[in-house]
Amino acid sequence: MATIDGDYMGMGLRIDDLDVENVEYFKHCAAHDFHLQACNQCGRFRYPPTTACPWCMSRESTWKKVEGKGTVHSYTEVHHAIQPAFRGKTPYMVLLVDLDTQKGQPTPDEALRVIGNLCTPDGQLAPPELVKSVGVGTRVRMVFSDVSAGIALPQWTIDETAQQPDKPWRYAQE
Amino acid sequence: MPLPRQEVDGTTPKYLRDKYAIVGIGETTYTRGSGITTRALGTWAVRNAILDAGLQPGDVDGMLDYSGGDSTSATFIAGDLGLRLNFYMDCVGGGSSTEALIGIAIGIMEAGLCKCVAIFRAMNGFSQVRIGGTGARSAAPVAGDMLHNRAYGWQSAGQSFAPTFMRHMYDYGTTPEQVAHVKMFHSRHASNNPKAYYKKRFTVEDVISSRFICKPLHLLDCCVETDNGTCVIVTSAERAKDLKQPLVLIRGVVGRCSKPRLDMHYQHGPISRVAGYYAKEILWPNAGVGPEDVDITGSYDAFTFTSMLQLEDYGFCKKGEGGNYVSDGTITLGGKRPNNTSGGHLCEAYTHGMNMVIENTRQLRHDVDDSCPVGADGKRRHTFDYKEGGCRQVKDVEVSANLGWANPATTSAMVMRKGW
Repeated sequence: MATIDGDYMGMGLRIDDLDVENVEYFKHCAAHDFHLQACNQCGRFRYPPTTACPWCMSRESTWKKVEGKGTVHSYTEVHHAIQPAFRGKTPYMVLLVDLDTQKGQPTPDEALRVIGNLCTPDGQLAPPELVKSVGVGTRVRMVFSDVSAGIALPQWTIDETAQQPDKPWRYAQE
Repeated sequence: MPLPRQEVDGTTPKYLRDKYAIVGIGETTYTRGSGITTRALGTWAVRNAILDAGLQPGDVDGMLDYSGGDSTSATFIAGDLGLRLNFYMDCVGGGSSTEALIGIAIGIMEAGLCKCVAIFRAMNGFSQVRIGGTGARSAAPVAGDMLHNRAYGWQSAGQSFAPTFMRHMYDYGTTPEQVAHVKMFHSRHASNNPKAYYKKRFTVEDVISSRFICKPLHLLDCCVETDNGTCVIVTSAERAKDLKQPLVLIRGVVGRCSKPRLDMHYQHGPISRVAGYYAKEILWPNAGVGPEDVDITGSYDAFTFTSMLQLEDYGFCKKGEGGNYVSDGTITLGGKRPNNTSGGHLCEAYTHGMNMVIENTRQLRHDVDDSCPVGADGKRRHTFDYKEGGCRQVKDVEVSANLGWANPATTSAMVMRKGW
C-alpha cells in the first residue's frame, strides 16, 4: 500500500500507508459508502476510526456499512476562515450530527457524532441561504465530497425526504 | 482560612496540603512583537522569578516547561542562567499545563528528586507561532486524526470548541449578552493593570456587535495573542518561610483531568459539560475546601465561554446557571468572587494559563501591581477603589482557585491560600 495524497480546494490531504484505519475508512468514502469499525467483541460501532474499542479495549474490528442519516446535535458557522482553503467560502457550517445508528447507546449521553460541513446534495459547501436554514434538530443525510482516488470526505446535506422540525434551533443573533 | 470540610475524603494524602508554596513569579513585558527568541523570553522570565523569590541561582535545581513545539527547551534556559539541574523535563501542552506541572513539581520534590522547581512557558504567540492557528499552522497538510477535523475547516481552538458553546446555549438558554459580561468584567480588571496588553474597557454591546469569528464567538469573545515568557517557582513551605515574599501555600491540585473519549470528546455527552465536572471531585477533596470558601478565581478565558463553563462545572453555580453567574456581578472586582483580576487571556496576555496563577499569587500576597501609591516600605497602599486606572487588589483575599483549560475535555486546577 502506498501513501495517498489528495488536494481538496488547494488543501493537501494525506493518508499515510501505515494509517490502515484511515485508509480503510476513506476507501469506503471514496466509493460513496459510509463504513465504520464494529467491534468484534462487543459489537459496537465507533467514530472516528480508532485502533481499539473505546468500550471493551478489543483490538479486533470489522468494517460494516452504516446508514448515513442523523440529526444535527450542534454546529458552528464560520465567518472568519483561518485556513487558506476555506477563505472565500464563508460562511460555512460545521455540523456535529448524531447518527440514528446507535444513538443513546451504550449510555443515554452517547452517540456516534459525525462531523461534516453542510453541503449541497452534490457535495459542494452550502451557499449562505442554505446555511441559514439549518440548526440543532435539522434532519440530515450523508453525501460525499470527492477529493481524489482513495479519498472522499463524508458530508451532510438536508434530508429532503425526512420530516423536519418546524424551526430548527439557531444561535440567537443572525 | 476555613477549616477543611470533614465529609470529604482527599485522594492524595492530606499532609501535602499547605506543604508546598509558590515562592517566585516572573513575567516579561506582554507584547505583540517581542523582537527576541523564546529562549530569551524564557531566560528573562525565569530570572525575574528567581529575583522575585529572593533565591540564589544555585537554589533552583528543577525545571519544567511546556509548549507545542513552539518554544525552547529547559536545556538552554538553565544553561543561559548557569543553573545545574537535578530534574528537568519539557512537556507537550498548552492550556491546563500550568496547574498540572505544579502538581508534578510537588510530586518530584516529595519523591526527593529535587528541592526547588521553576516552571516556565515562553512563546512568541503573536509574532512566531500564532496560537489561533493562522499563519504557517493553517497551511500545513492534513493527515491522521486531522482528516476528521481540519479537512472540514474545523481547526482553530474557537472552531473546535464552538459546538460545546453552542450546545450550552441550546440546553440552558444561555444568551450572548450573558457571556459577553465576561469580557466586559475582565476588561475592567485589565484597565487597572498597567502591564495588560489591552487596557481598554469594553461593554456588553461592544462584544455582541463585534464581528463574528465563528458562531457563537464574536471577535471580542476571543482572547488576545501575545509574545511573552512567564515563570512560577515552587518549593516547600518550610523553605519558603526564609524567602522574600509573603507565603502563598498550595492547598490542592488536579492535573490534566479529562472527559471520556479524548480522541474525539464529542462522542460522549452531554457535550455542554466540560472536564471540570470530573476534576472537581479531585480538586475540592484534595484542597479540603469547596467553591463557597473561595474568594477569587482564575478561570481560563481563552474565550468568554471557557471561564463560564468551568466556573459552572467546578460547582461555583448550578449546572446551566453559568450565564447568570458570570453576568450578575459576582465575578467583577468589588463582586463576591472576582475572576481573572489581571484581565486574563482576554485582555492582559495569552500565556497558556500562567498569568492567572501569577495574578492569584500576587493577590494572596496582597500586593498586586496596580497603580496604587507605594509606601516607604515598598508596599502598595491599596485603595480598593476599582475605578478605571485604579486599584485591583481584592480586600482580605484568603483563598484562590485556578481553573485551567486545554479544551472542553481537559482541565487542570489548583487551590492556593494566603499563608502569612
